[in-house]
Amino acid sequence: MLVYILKRVLATIPVMLIVAVFVFLLLRLTPGDPAAILAGDAATPAQLERIRDRLGLNDPLLTQFFTWMGQLLRGDLGVSLLSNTSVAGMLGDRLGPTLNIALMTITISVLLAVPMGVIAAWRHRTWVDFLVMSFSVLGFSVPVFVIGYILIQIFAIELRWVPVQGYKAPSEGFGAFFSRAILPSLTLATIYVALIARMTRASMLEVLGEDYIRTARAKGVRENVVLFRHALRNAAVPILTIIGTGFALLISGVVVTESVFNIPGIGRLTVDAILARDYPVIQAMILLTAGIYVFVNLLVDVSYSFFDPRIRY
Amino acid sequence: MLPLRSALKQTRGLAAAFAATTALLAPASLAAQEGETTITAVMHSGLRVLDPVITTAHITRNHGYMIYDVLTAVDANFEPQPQMASWEISEDGLTYTFTLRDGLKFHDGAPVTGEDVVASLKRWGERDSGGQLIFDVTESLEATDDKTVVWTLTEAFAPLLTVISKQSAVPPFIMPKRVAETSPDETITEYIGSGPFVFNQDEYEPGVNVTYEKFDDYVPRDEEASWMAGGKVVNVDRVVWTTMPDALTAINALSAGEIDYLEQVQIDLLPILESSPDVTVETRDELGYVTIGRPNHLHPPFDNKLVRQAAMAALDQESMLQTMQGDPAYYNVCGAIFGCATPLGDEAESEIVTGGADIEKAKALLEEAGYDGTPITLMAPTDVTTLINQPVVAAQALREAGFEVDMQSMDWQSVVQRRAQQSPVSEGGWNLFFTNWMVPEISDPLINVMVNGRGDDAWFGWPDDPEIEELRKKFMKAEGAEAQKAVAVEIQKHVMDNVNYIMMGEYLIPQARRNAIQNMIPSPVPVFWNMTKEAE
Repeated sequence: MLVYILKRVLATIPVMLIVAVFVFLLLRLTPGDPAAILAGDAATPAQLERIRDRLGLNDPLLTQFFTWMGQLLRGDLGVSLLSNTSVAGMLGDRLGPTLNIALMTITISVLLAVPMGVIAAWRHRTWVDFLVMSFSVLGFSVPVFVIGYILIQIFAIELRWVPVQGYKAPSEGFGAFFSRAILPSLTLATIYVALIARMTRASMLEVLGEDYIRTARAKGVRENVVLFRHALRNAAVPILTIIGTGFALLISGVVVTESVFNIPGIGRLTVDAILARDYPVIQAMILLTAGIYVFVNLLVDVSYSFFDPRIRY
Repeated sequence: MLPLRSALKQTRGLAAAFAATTALLAPASLAAQEGETTITAVMHSGLRVLDPVITTAHITRNHGYMIYDVLTAVDANFEPQPQMASWEISEDGLTYTFTLRDGLKFHDGAPVTGEDVVASLKRWGERDSGGQLIFDVTESLEATDDKTVVWTLTEAFAPLLTVISKQSAVPPFIMPKRVAETSPDETITEYIGSGPFVFNQDEYEPGVNVTYEKFDDYVPRDEEASWMAGGKVVNVDRVVWTTMPDALTAINALSAGEIDYLEQVQIDLLPILESSPDVTVETRDELGYVTIGRPNHLHPPFDNKLVRQAAMAALDQESMLQTMQGDPAYYNVCGAIFGCATPLGDEAESEIVTGGADIEKAKALLEEAGYDGTPITLMAPTDVTTLINQPVVAAQALREAGFEVDMQSMDWQSVVQRRAQQSPVSEGGWNLFFTNWMVPEISDPLINVMVNGRGDDAWFGWPDDPEIEELRKKFMKAEGAEAQKAVAVEIQKHVMDNVNYIMMGEYLIPQARRNAIQNMIPSPVPVFWNMTKEAE
């Protein structure tokens, strides 16, 4: 197992390298000029040229690339062209909100969706199943910002239980954090509940038809044990995959939800950086996202063997 | 029936528990703010660049007015007034002597000296187009003692005070000498001013939040505040600027009392706020903005004056403004290139843009010009709300007049990069784009970059127009308001004939505040002095 993990970690190095080269080239080929954003509308071409020189944007592409790689190898993500602040610091500030909301969303989603999927499969073709599937279709179909606005209207404006917007870190008090994080998490959870519930139901239906389930029932094993110990554990692999991918998606940025609830997260940082062509920030963001995907996939793969002992590395 | 009732009962129980939990926990977040007055404002954009001299971005200029002070500033009558310094002008108009007032201190406690002023003005002079004009005729600028700065010119420059008092597109903010010695092509890294607020470095999150604290040692002038002049009396402890990318969220937050002030409100969302009893919607910047079209004078077909005139005849201010703003209360048909409510503004010979589209005239002009159907590349930004509509309306009008129009959609960054290309359209160039300015940024021939006629050194579009350059020189020498106005009218007529750019009218952006916020002074730049906050 350890050898396998080590191999996988080593395999990420070429992946990250390819991502780095690709991102670097893609950004330089996209039209746009960070110097023009920095200097504003009234700058003359000569002034822009001097600013570009200072920022190193006039250096040959290879020089720029190797300077950046050199920084990366020293663990330095560089400095934002616009705000002159460290990119690592900016990522650190923004990762907290995104990570906390993602964790809360995935927790809510799993707690709701897995039982929903199991019950829907257990009561296949009854009104319970129909209800779960209807919710699932609704969760998929309604755009996330609409759900966000509806939740804000009901819980923040009409009932005034929670604030309309904003984010506070858990360190500033759990109540302050929770009251602000609950609506965005519920909003995002709608999609994931739909997704995970469907996957759980489909996977469970397949397993519930297996011989060993019939055997377990024939032996008089209680139904909840049949469902949750025998069936769910065997149905877990595809469900875990969905949860893993969902979590990575949540971290790599949910721009619309972050905008609607005014959460200073990774998604907004990325979009703002792209609009301003703030190269060091965009490059760092994409590397981080790629890294998160690789890590979450590894975690999911490793967890398979925990649920399904037949899988050995 | 029974299960439903019990389910409802359970839901109610859950809801009550949830409400109780959040209610119990909520005060924790408010405790930090107790005892001090904080104004939370949602500004039009996030603050990312902290150097108000390197950039012309409005949000950075607004930041500049929070933490820095200026030597002189214009009041609501467009008159320069003393702020940090009073002045004397020699009889020949060649020597300006500035004397700093008592009690001026930087946020680190050091006194403001003449050396700081000289270094700050020199750095500003390298970046600002008006500043460059003054330094072109500067013999020396020196501090003769701690409180005195003497500026000696080689020839008279009548509008000197107006230029150094300007409130937009790079005002000369005074910084400590060590900071002002930073190259004008590099951003500063220390943010210390002598203004009424102190920048809180620890709480700064670029693009998200910025916090200012009252500078207790700031000594305001005795006069009443008027625009950027007069006493900057701070009545609150903290001001927090925050960014909200979603307009509806900002409006909901204001209605719920989570924020105090919204700098700009989208016109189509106004009805939501107008029904809120705790909120006042008003226009504090009565000068507003202008929207303009800029043709590229280097390449066909707009290298031909007749074709530029045809385009101007085809466009209709009213329909463009109507599409942009909707509500006529928030726009103004205006043909004055220096703005309709400014001292130099005059609508002479502007019927061609204010009198509605004249398609027949446009067609006749195109025929006279021998227009051969060369398509016009019109750049259309899709990500800036206030610039989305103009290209669409213009394309339709120009096509009706017989132009071939190739409207290309792109993000604003692509427009910004492409408009700097002097090459022909076939090699990545362009013919026409639209943009907006604040009226104070175009209100004067020395400040308005679009009336610069120095060819390659002019603003994007590069008109090579010796005649307008002569007029601008004449303006620099004109003494007294009347003489300056006369030259400004000549420039107005010239632009209407030569179509250096196309004035498409003025528009206003309303703001909204909680009723607890009082005593905000009207000003083109949102300022946070003078205002008070009552308990709600």
